[in-house]
Amino acid sequence: MKAAAKKWIKFIASAVIVVVTLSLLQMLLMPKYSVDGPVEGAFVAEYYGEVKDHDVIFVGDCEVYENFSPIVLWRDYGINSYIRGSADQYIYQSYYLLEDTLRYETPKVVVFNVQALDPKREAEAKEAYNRMSIDGMKWSPAKIGAINSSMLEDEQFLDYVFPILRYHSRWSELDKTDFEYMFKSEKVSHNGYLMKVGVKPAENVPEGKPLHDYKFTEKARKHLDMMVELCEKNGIKLLLIKAPSLYPYWYPEYDQQVAQYAKEHNLTYINFLDETIQAETGIDYTKDTYDAGLHMNVEGAEKLSEWLGKYLTENMGLTDRRGEAELAACWEDKIAFYEADKKAKYEEYEKNIEAN
Amino acid sequence: MEKLLEILTDLHSDVDFETEENLIDDGILDSMDIISLITEISEEYDVTITAKDIIPANFNSAKALYALIERLSDED
Amino acid sequence: MLFTSYEFLGFCAVLLLLYYIIPKKAQWPLLLVASYAFYFIAGPQFIPFIAATTLTVYLTARVMQSIADKQSAFLKAHKEELSKEEKKIFKDKQKRKKLFWFVLCLLLNLGILATVKYANFFIGNINSALISFGSKSVLSFVNVIVPLGISFYTFQSIGYLIDVYRGTVTAEKNVFKYALFVSFFPQLVQGPIGRYGQMSETLYTPHKFDSKQVGFGLERVLWGYFKKLVIADRLFVAVSTMIGDPSTYNGAYSIVIMLFYTVQLYADFTGGIDITIGLAEAMGIRLSENFDRPYFSKSLKEYWRRWHISMCSWFRDYLFYPVSVSKPMQKLTKFTKKVFGNNVGKRIPVYLSTAIVWFSTGIWHGASWNFIVWGMANFAVLMISEEFEPLYKKFNDRFKFTKSFPYTLFRVVRTFALVCALNLFDCYVSIATTGKIFFSAFGARNYHVLFDGSLLNLGLTSLDYIILLGGVLLMLTVSLLQRKGSVREQIFRLPYPVRFALYYGLFLIIILMGAYGIGYDASQFIYNQF
Repeated sequence: MKAAAKKWIKFIASAVIVVVTLSLLQMLLMPKYSVDGPVEGAFVAEYYGEVKDHDVIFVGDCEVYENFSPIVLWRDYGINSYIRGSADQYIYQSYYLLEDTLRYETPKVVVFNVQALDPKREAEAKEAYNRMSIDGMKWSPAKIGAINSSMLEDEQFLDYVFPILRYHSRWSELDKTDFEYMFKSEKVSHNGYLMKVGVKPAENVPEGKPLHDYKFTEKARKHLDMMVELCEKNGIKLLLIKAPSLYPYWYPEYDQQVAQYAKEHNLTYINFLDETIQAETGIDYTKDTYDAGLHMNVEGAEKLSEWLGKYLTENMGLTDRRGEAELAACWEDKIAFYEADKKAKYEEYEKNIEAN
Repeated sequence: MEKLLEILTDLHSDVDFETEENLIDDGILDSMDIISLITEISEEYDVTITAKDIIPANFNSAKALYALIERLSDED
Repeated sequence: MLFTSYEFLGFCAVLLLLYYIIPKKAQWPLLLVASYAFYFIAGPQFIPFIAATTLTVYLTARVMQSIADKQSAFLKAHKEELSKEEKKIFKDKQKRKKLFWFVLCLLLNLGILATVKYANFFIGNINSALISFGSKSVLSFVNVIVPLGISFYTFQSIGYLIDVYRGTVTAEKNVFKYALFVSFFPQLVQGPIGRYGQMSETLYTPHKFDSKQVGFGLERVLWGYFKKLVIADRLFVAVSTMIGDPSTYNGAYSIVIMLFYTVQLYADFTGGIDITIGLAEAMGIRLSENFDRPYFSKSLKEYWRRWHISMCSWFRDYLFYPVSVSKPMQKLTKFTKKVFGNNVGKRIPVYLSTAIVWFSTGIWHGASWNFIVWGMANFAVLMISEEFEPLYKKFNDRFKFTKSFPYTLFRVVRTFALVCALNLFDCYVSIATTGKIFFSAFGARNYHVLFDGSLLNLGLTSLDYIILLGGVLLMLTVSLLQRKGSVREQIFRLPYPVRFALYYGLFLIIILMGAYGIGYDASQFIYNQF
């Protein structure tokens, strides 16, 4: 009896050591996106620390997380919103991130940026972007769905379950931040918004090269259908938008397909590249973009958010919640963080200009 | 038996075949040795050693080998 | 399912668990199911091939066995009445019957092997012959699939067939048991080529869970993964870079190629065999060893006794001996002895048999000329050293220093260098390229690449080289320790915490330093090239 007990103790002790050390190693080896960049990799996980009572959820790639500022939506319209964005987020990832979000809350409106349907980009999917969109998700059927729909041919499901298998070779490039941020991360976004300052005017943006086939893929359409269905089931209004990014090129053929789809499913589709809307938003490509038309700078993002806030209030029935004391207090901190971030970034930007 | 020992000693002069019991297992005799051994034996004793007889148990010592020769000439 | 895939690990984990949960009687049937499942996953279209070989060999063996049984029963019953002559006539008649079935089955199975593996090789050679004779029309290549492990299971089956024919083993009655012998999945992909007499001792018997045995087995599996993932797959990056571009990587690089490839081959092959044997051991099944620290050999002859033992002994027992002692060969011996005198005459037929064996060994490795030349090169070296044997002996007897350690070390290094050079035939399909690369090493002007950091452009960083060096030193240490008996027993005698630290340390090294997965930068490097 005593010998058997001793054996068990030995076994259990060994197992505990193995599990604990492997978990610690895994945390150590995971990339520390929030401090060691690319910061986009930290967005998906950051959501879980929020109070989940949002009116609007954005899903999509950089065309949402660099182009819309939830701070403005709150400050000027009292709309509580969050952007679940990630770099190069494809439609199937948008769908599962939405499904993941619905585990915690049901927003009134979901804004989906249709750039994620671009078949050209889907064909060029990269493992690194899959990782940034998925690694931060908490485990749920949604994460499993996201993995299964995103995995490229040479990827393995098990590498997502045990990321140490994916990042094992990082042991040779570990640095101080990896140890410092093993158990914590820095806050890098403003409710999912990544603030960029500076100006680089858009000049001579080339037309897109003709494509062989403009049709959205089966997979993309399927997940769009699923998204529409999910929103319907939960009583959520789905708003399709195309952010005013000039590149990657948004082909008219793409636009027609989305417009057609919206019509068939009774959805609203706003193309911010449209000239009349552009006139209304007041986007000026010589001033409002920091990278020659790919993304908005903070000025541009604020202009877009102004327009969108007005639109959401007038057309989607969203009400002003600034009267809610608890929520307002929470936002006060966010606004302060936002202003401080803006100030710091401008200072750095100006310093860089002087240096050059 | 003496004739056999002579054949063996011709092959490896430095081995005491009367006492050695692990000719194969210790790698003293290699496959080429075995073949020339079989050729010599078949001429000397007029027996046919076939491939199925070439197992370590038959070749590990002079004694075993001699027993094999006797058995084979008995069968013929 | 590669040994280094998650699927294989999962497959084995589930199997091992089931193996010790189910009733002991069901253990070997479970292995049969698992083996066929393994084969099915590899390719359902392969199943008919292995099934055909299994069935034909099984039935032929049964027929031969029943002839043999009847023969001994008859002889026993009529022991007194038959004269020696009559007995001999009867035996010969039975033998011919057996031989008929034996040859039929042998030809059938060799025919399958030849068709799937060598058909296109023959067609290619016929075509080049046709073209060189000015023919405009050529034969078209056939579209055949090469079933997984066909060389291994065919040879294993033929070995069994010969054993039953010779009467050294009794034919297996149970077709399912026999099917397991042929398809046992850990050794299906790369051997060792098992012998029925040896494998049947433990393959079908019930096995109780024995924590030490399972532990030892898994320990060996772990060691195999270390060799494969940390050393072989890492070296593969550099080796494939160099082999892929002979116009850049020659001269001094040739030495690097030969050295790296020889280490890679060792780590990969012995590592794989460690996984195979360890896995079987964890299930209580004993497979024959395939390597005996081959790179410690003092001559090429010794090397071939210690490298890929199961294949070499197969060729020795089932090809070299039968050919050498066959009647035509014995007649030839008599003839050559008469013509060339006793000493030379007796060697010629042996060399002829050896040449046949090496030609077969070459072509067994792959259906292309470089392997045949490789086999013949081995033969040439072996023959030359055999001819010089008396000279060596005199030299060794004359000088005392030949017994000293430095001289032994010199012989080991010399043999290793020889093996490195011969392995070059493995690397390039074109024999001309092999020759060019080999000879470019002499008098090359680019020896500076060994020292000026050029080796860091092969896809490996200096850290990789440090890991490789450490890995090779570890392999060397283990091999040296093995001379004092089982390393696992030596570790087992250590206190538990130390043992645990060793096992877990090895595991962590594999996890962290293994050259696997999409995150392994160097393999990404290969990707970038295509």
